[in-house]
Amino acid sequence: MSELILRLNARAKSSVLSIQEYFTLAWNAVRFIFARPFYTQDVIQQMDEIGVKSLGIVLLTGLFTGMVLALQSSVQLQTFGATMYIGRLVAGSMIRELGPVLAGLMVAGRVGSGIAAQLGSMKVTEQIDALNTLGTDPIKKLATPRLVAALVMLPVLTIINDMVGIIGGNIIASLMLGLPTGLYWRTVWEQIISGGFLFGFIPNDFVQGLLKPFVFGAIIAITACYFGLRTTGGTEGVGLSTTKTVVTSSILILVSDYFLTQLLLSVLVMP
Amino acid sequence: MMAELRRGERRTGQVREAIREELERDAEEDAQEPDVRRVKPPIIEMQGVYLSFDRPILEDVSLVAEEGETIVIVGESGTGKSTSLKLILRLLVPEKGRVLIDGEDITHLSFEDALKVRQKMGMVFQGAALFDSLTVFENVAYPLREHTDMGEEAIVQRVREKLEFVDLDPDDVMEKLPSELSGGMRKRVGIARGMANDPEIMLYDEPTSGLDPLTTGTITRLIMKLQRELQVTSIVVSHDIRSVFKMATKVALLHDQRIVFFGTPEDMAAAEDPYIRDFLGGL
Repeated sequence: MSELILRLNARAKSSVLSIQEYFTLAWNAVRFIFARPFYTQDVIQQMDEIGVKSLGIVLLTGLFTGMVLALQSSVQLQTFGATMYIGRLVAGSMIRELGPVLAGLMVAGRVGSGIAAQLGSMKVTEQIDALNTLGTDPIKKLATPRLVAALVMLPVLTIINDMVGIIGGNIIASLMLGLPTGLYWRTVWEQIISGGFLFGFIPNDFVQGLLKPFVFGAIIAITACYFGLRTTGGTEGVGLSTTKTVVTSSILILVSDYFLTQLLLSVLVMP
Repeated sequence: MMAELRRGERRTGQVREAIREELERDAEEDAQEPDVRRVKPPIIEMQGVYLSFDRPILEDVSLVAEEGETIVIVGESGTGKSTSLKLILRLLVPEKGRVLIDGEDITHLSFEDALKVRQKMGMVFQGAALFDSLTVFENVAYPLREHTDMGEEAIVQRVREKLEFVDLDPDDVMEKLPSELSGGMRKRVGIARGMANDPEIMLYDEPTSGLDPLTTGTITRLIMKLQRELQVTSIVVSHDIRSVFKMATKVALLHDQRIVFFGTPEDMAAAEDPYIRDFLGGL
């Protein structure tokens, strides 16, 4: 019995220590954004890696999500003879929820795993130690550029995802339901303005839709760097870090999405 | 003409007198001030270092390296040889004892200050640890770009010099990626990167492991050349006893988490201690 308690105690301590290390890494990565030297070249390279190279997967995800959303909702809306509101439904779902969450999950899978594998390989081949011995802080050199790139590119990818999703909805609405394109886009706009405005001119839907990917970007970059830089145990360890990164960041994205929605709904004034 | 000669002689006499006075003053000052060389602290010093992870790794380990020496740390696998290097680099912090570099205690330095101290050292890793996304040129240029204000032209010049020093043809290897090099070449590039900004101390973690006897000889000669030509202080962790006797000015033998022998290679070869005899025989 006492052995069980000791084991639980050790487990609890290790969990608390891990959380502390995660937040210390996050704090240092943020702190180094404002400290010299600035690794601008690395930031640009990571923007290409995280943003430009994720474009294909995000375009496909957005297009088919918008299309399936229009298809499914058309069945429900036809029951009430309200198919003309399909644009509102697709736009609301894409901008507030599906756009940010799907872009986040896709990037977590593609980029998060890549970052963890790269940093993990660097760790097990002593390249991280080499950075340290050459007088470079690995967090500043490796984690901060990835964090900055993710913070910038995730909202951009989300906007593209939203746009393509709404266009996908338009394709289904006009090809399968015979809805005029002008009417579709008018209902999309009605949805955007119906949510109210922040400071009188920023649609609340946009605030929700762009704040979330910002947070998701931070979650993906920090989680991937955390597991990557903690990798031990050779190539097997690299595989394990990659899996942990994808699972943990996906869960954190979904959980934080709920709490962010709660928070934003209570803060933003809806009409 | 004669007057000019006399004037010249007078002036020479005055100069001689001035030099003599200057030398006397210097001698008096030297007599008053202590000899700086004599009080200069060892460049590396470990004092009663204790470190453990799940089990004790090092217990009461003390080691001194004077300027220009090559200390080779030997011992069985898992006795804490590489850990000693990490302590000197302050990648690890001892639980007890101190590590001093140039007389400065680095044990309690902040992370940022430790990074500065590490700039005095160059490290060659067992697997070379070259950055695999960078070319050979970028690898060797890395510490120069990171810590100096050198222009691109000067950096290229320095990188070429260092690659030539380690017997590599710069034109052949500079644009190659580490994955395109052989094990021995990678080690040599690792040495070139380690010495790129002319550190006072070079640390080598098993620099000859996994290499054929010829390449092992080349790397050993390189380490000796570095000490001979640049008077760099070196700490080498090695298993290769032939290289040890070639390059070491002192040998430290680790056993049971402690240094059981620290002295010249000749003293080690002459030692009667059964463990040392076994160790030398076994290698």
